[in-house]
Amino acid sequence: MNGFARHKKSGACVATFTAFEADLLRSLAAQLIELLRNESAVAEPTDDPLEDLLDFSGPTLAPEDPVLQRLFPTAYPEDDEAAAEFRRYTEGALRNGKASGAAAVIDTLEDAGLSPQPEDGIFIDVELDPALAVTWMRSFTDMRLAIATRLGIEEGDEQYWYELPDEDPRSQVHDIYEWVGYLQETLVQAAS
Amino acid sequence: MSAPSPVELDEPVTDDLTVLATPWVTIVWNDPVNLMSYVTFVFTSYFGYSKKKAEKLMLEVHNDGRSVVSTGSREEMERDVQAMHEYGLWATMQKADAS
Repeated sequence: MNGFARHKKSGACVATFTAFEADLLRSLAAQLIELLRNESAVAEPTDDPLEDLLDFSGPTLAPEDPVLQRLFPTAYPEDDEAAAEFRRYTEGALRNGKASGAAAVIDTLEDAGLSPQPEDGIFIDVELDPALAVTWMRSFTDMRLAIATRLGIEEGDEQYWYELPDEDPRSQVHDIYEWVGYLQETLVQAAS
Repeated sequence: MSAPSPVELDEPVTDDLTVLATPWVTIVWNDPVNLMSYVTFVFTSYFGYSKKKAEKLMLEVHNDGRSVVSTGSREEMERDVQAMHEYGLWATMQKADAS
């Protein structure tokens, strides 16, 4: 397992993934996209179909899914009205931005040779220019926030996760969380 | 790295106006997920802060649970909060006197 490094000549952030790793990243990115499109990102429907069709505004209430709540925090914790307005004007763009970031991760991997059913033994070399590196960083963050929320990760609870038996599926998910964190850390260093 | 926020390009004179009119602040809260290096990276690349200032703010978030990372008009702070959410940081905004 290697993380990202900076290519001295071009300044690009480069990494080599095994087919398994690249496939796993693609799957995490795809799940993120699905999650972002899952719950309604538009205003709640009204009784008037015409009004619904003409309403291009966004949602005003926080999402129900805890992962989406974390990805789209309430901007005004003590002012419900301002919070609703902020959400209406920003959540749609934020969702699209995060979904297109995850799609860019998938595109990078597939452009680098990741096929739909990758064979063992192949390697995927990715090369990220500074803008794409930031896109990947943000997407790593979204993936880690999603996994951490699902697992219920809290500050300073590392020991708990390390002591779980290997066969516990949460232990395996936590390993993936740590791996994406490692990729994130090396990518930040390579891009800084 | 991305360009610094337009907020940073304002002439210093607007600071006085902003303080008089409406001091709003953007607050970034600690979470158990985001890496210290990444939070520092966000503060340098989005706000255009020096590494030293970015690290100071990051440590405030880490140690105190929160830090005021920018100050300005309400519109400016809404832009900053939205940008922090794009980066996956947990940010809120409020009037400066309430913080």
